Amino acid sequence: MIAMIRDFDIGAKIGLAIVVFFLAAVIFGPVLSPYSEVEIVGGVWAPPSAANWLGTDYIGRDLLVRILTGGRMTVIVSLIATCGAFAIGCPLGIAAAVIGGWFDLIVTRAVDAVMAFPGLILALIVLSAIGTSIPALIAMMSVLASTIVFRLTRAVAADVAAMEYIEIARLRGESMRWFLFKEILPNVAPTLVTEFGLRFVYAAILISSLSFLGLGIQPPNADLGGMVKENALAITFGRAAPILPALALAFLAIGVNLVVDGLLRHNARRDRHK
Amino acid sequence: MGGASVTTLVLKRLVSGLVTLFLVSLMVFVGTEILPGDVAEAILGQQATPDAVQALRDKLDLDRPAIERYGLWLWDFAHGDLGQSLASGREVSDLIAGRLGNTLFLALTAAIIAIPVSVGLGLLAALYEDKLADKSITISTLIFVSTPDFLIGYLLLLWGAVTLGWFPALSRISDSMSFIEQLHAIALPCLTLALVVSAHTMRLTRAAILSVMNQPYIEMAELKGATRQRIILYHAFPNALAPVLNIVMLTLAYLIVGVVVVEAVFNYSGMGRLMIDAVSKRDMPLVQACGLIFASVYVALNLTADILSLLANPRRRRPK
Amino acid sequence: MSAPLLDIRGLRISTEPARNKAQLDILKGVDLTVHRGEVVGLIGESGAGKSTLGLAAMGYARRGLVLSGGEIYLEGQELRSAGDEGLRHLRGRKTSYVAQSAAAAFNPAHKLMQQVLEVTRIHHDLSNSDVRSKAIDLFDRMKLPDPEHFGDRYPHEVSGGQLQRAMTAMALIGEPDLIVFDEPTTALDVTTQIDVLAIIKAVIRDLKTAAIYITHDIAVVAQISDRIKVLRHGEEVEEQPTHDLLNNPTQSYTRELLKARSRQQHVPSKNHLEPILSVRDVTAGYGNATILHDISVNLRQGSNLAIVGESGSGKSTLARLIMGLLQPSQGSVAFKGETLSPGLAGRSADQRRNLQMVYQLPDVAMNPRQTISEIIGRAAQVFRSLSRSAARSRAAELLDLVDLSPELIDRYPGQLSGGQKQRVCIARALAADPELIICDEVTSALDPLVADGILDLLMRLQEQLGVSYIFITHDMGMVRAIADDVVVMQHGRISEQGRKEAVFSPPFADYTHLLISSTPEISEGWLERAISERKMAAGGQ
Repeated sequence: MIAMIRDFDIGAKIGLAIVVFFLAAVIFGPVLSPYSEVEIVGGVWAPPSAANWLGTDYIGRDLLVRILTGGRMTVIVSLIATCGAFAIGCPLGIAAAVIGGWFDLIVTRAVDAVMAFPGLILALIVLSAIGTSIPALIAMMSVLASTIVFRLTRAVAADVAAMEYIEIARLRGESMRWFLFKEILPNVAPTLVTEFGLRFVYAAILISSLSFLGLGIQPPNADLGGMVKENALAITFGRAAPILPALALAFLAIGVNLVVDGLLRHNARRDRHK
Repeated sequence: MGGASVTTLVLKRLVSGLVTLFLVSLMVFVGTEILPGDVAEAILGQQATPDAVQALRDKLDLDRPAIERYGLWLWDFAHGDLGQSLASGREVSDLIAGRLGNTLFLALTAAIIAIPVSVGLGLLAALYEDKLADKSITISTLIFVSTPDFLIGYLLLLWGAVTLGWFPALSRISDSMSFIEQLHAIALPCLTLALVVSAHTMRLTRAAILSVMNQPYIEMAELKGATRQRIILYHAFPNALAPVLNIVMLTLAYLIVGVVVVEAVFNYSGMGRLMIDAVSKRDMPLVQACGLIFASVYVALNLTADILSLLANPRRRRPK
Repeated sequence: MSAPLLDIRGLRISTEPARNKAQLDILKGVDLTVHRGEVVGLIGESGAGKSTLGLAAMGYARRGLVLSGGEIYLEGQELRSAGDEGLRHLRGRKTSYVAQSAAAAFNPAHKLMQQVLEVTRIHHDLSNSDVRSKAIDLFDRMKLPDPEHFGDRYPHEVSGGQLQRAMTAMALIGEPDLIVFDEPTTALDVTTQIDVLAIIKAVIRDLKTAAIYITHDIAVVAQISDRIKVLRHGEEVEEQPTHDLLNNPTQSYTRELLKARSRQQHVPSKNHLEPILSVRDVTAGYGNATILHDISVNLRQGSNLAIVGESGSGKSTLARLIMGLLQPSQGSVAFKGETLSPGLAGRSADQRRNLQMVYQLPDVAMNPRQTISEIIGRAAQVFRSLSRSAARSRAAELLDLVDLSPELIDRYPGQLSGGQKQRVCIARALAADPELIICDEVTSALDPLVADGILDLLMRLQEQLGVSYIFITHDMGMVRAIADDVVVMQHGRISEQGRKEAVFSPPFADYTHLLISSTPEISEGWLERAISERKMAAGGQ
């Protein structure tokens, strides 16, 4: 792990630093802050000051502590949704590649049908039915993203399953467990790790977009997208209040994407040399 | 062989496109009904009186079996009857009529700007492949992929409407405005949409061209003494056409989805905002209609991409 | 002697300079001269720099490479300083190129005729009203079917052998002084290769075109070139007229190359051995397609059975069937008198242990994320019930047995060379202590010398361990060298089988004879003899 980080190029190191900084800030920031995220501490959309480093929001709460708690909400929801997507998509993808036949056919067709939809539109349709509670949002995002995870896992696992070393393991009479954990997973893991990063970014932007549209996380809870929405009017007064939470989100996304890019290059280098 | 097989292939695509559309309609319908328990109660909430619930049930025909309601809905939809809005009681088709036009106006204008520029830049970046172009494309793609659409929207709003004051912050258009006035009104959302899709389109175009330029037949053309112009126009272009057309269609499909957020940023009165309102009010007939229209356009664009790339490729046009 | 057509002096080609990478020399100061009407052969293993040198004769360096030193004179004009426009005027007119993969070198978007005539469209001085009939004449000389209309087809509509000939026609249309042939027959089946080779040779002789002919097969280059240059690691090993090089090579590397190609005949095939494996009346296929028709084959204990045929003959399918990876629709396989279950699941652990397989491509036969110790040791663990640590020391012993250093034990497959990987695969098969190993084209992806080493190893192991082999191969030379019994397959049927001595001596079965006569031999004039024999055989029918 440490050796791998040392092998990262400069971009990936910057990305890693951004991600670590962001996570540390959203975890420890609200604890260290003198204000709570619901406390009214000043005027409406007050400019940045020594007391309120980023100013205040539309009812006079400290914007920095709001962004930190909102960022935490965004990270938690995206992380759970992405884990859910992998928990559904990976086993199905590997099973489809290994078992094949009718099982593969049915799952692949179902996934194709879901993917014939633009993601945001399908999300909106489902939300109109199941409502916007946090568990419903997470479930919806997990299922939607699991289709992409399924496709990728199936493709990579099918490539691996076609290799002759798999045939040799079959000739040895290895157990399913061996196939999964010793032959297939080590070969698909690097792809899945980078995909996890991409899916996480996608989930964070999707949940923020939904909240921005008023269909995501509902008050009194708030995430970064919700903060953009509640402060939207400030923009006409030339205030940056709605832009700052969006910038925080972009900052996180750029960090994760830099790490993913670095990992991809790292994997490519290793495959070349090994 | 020859002509007959092209027609058959295209027909096959069209049929599979229709099947996809049918599946999509099924999913729109099921998607709006997958909540546990009674739809009417869920829509009206727990405080609703039994009478009100029953009234809604009647209105939505909830006492009929789901399969029958689906059949009816699809039948009516195919005949232009989109039902009535639950929230306003107006005909859904009337609500959608003007909005759809506005959205298409916005998306198409954005496409007309974004596609030539980003495809052209992608092409240039591929042909004059060097470290600088490489790096700047990698970085700009990374930034744009990481940036939520509403951030780009608000930054442009802050800059174009507030700081410079050149464009309106609220993009309202009406029939009484001249074409130029309308363009002026949608300048900012249009630019936002164009920016949102450009980086991606540019990167895909560049990758498609580079993959063609690395083929052995390009080297063969160089070894025949072909000019650079001839290599690009005669050897690379016909082979890059199919992937680039595909990218253009993907870009259009992406624009269709992108409008939802951008319309919200600029308070633009289009299909996206209509659908968001419908979703927040749980106006099922309206949600279904908007969802089906968005999805149909998306499916149709993907189908067009598929058929165009079929026609552009002699290997598939004239199978052995 | 007149001034040479091409004169390359001290040519260096290196990888492009990049910031944190050392510049690597691909060619380290090589000379090459070609006179008008002369054919020079370039030979060497992969990575020798032969293609790079061939392309440099046209002033061309592939992406990522730079011409970093030396001079290239074509008709007295220096190409390194000729500039892009200068080179462009030479290419197609003075020089042309025939690539290894015709399928990739033709543009899929245009018809063949348009591409063949393209040189005359680019260089207007070559263009006149009868270029089209000239192309048709070339198609005719190239013995392409229906030369009048051949050019109306797209590349994907004609076969690989035809495409390769069409590419030669494309190279000749501008009547260049020099053609660079870059392994033009390597991708073809052996019976197709000889036709293409003979036609290329005849046409360039007729038109008195000079050529550089690049190949890894010394027998092929011996047929076509006047002079041969041997390259290795970007340097010249030696260069001599073909006759002298074949008969009096001065360098040990050249001698080894020649020896590898003309392996000593194997000791006469073994007699009086018990059958160990019998395939009885087997018919099999995938889905509705029947690949194998009524196959019966016997392997005698401690001997070598070669199953030989061209691509699509069903020889690899037969191997999979014996292993239990494919179930026959009729017939059965018996091992030591016991009928084996058709499917893998029905076979006992001991039966599975006794049948092992080594594949053509060691790269995909080893899990890239397992170490050599795990790869070999797992087989010992499963089949010999060894503990993990015992399996590791067994793996070390086996590495030693296949002449690899035990230090390789903790490496990953990607860190080994092609020959080393194949040895690890053999060690893995041996870890099961099998009585029978099926070798599926085990040497065809390797350079000749490396392949030769693998065959030596397999023969030594047979003496030491008494293991029996089935060799699946397309290489008649290898069959002649190592087989005891031979099965010749064509289109999923056995066309001939018997002792090697019987198969390889007259009277020949037709198809066997075609295969034998198509396999290049190093002796000069072999090609002409083979072609005239073939013509006589065709005339006699």
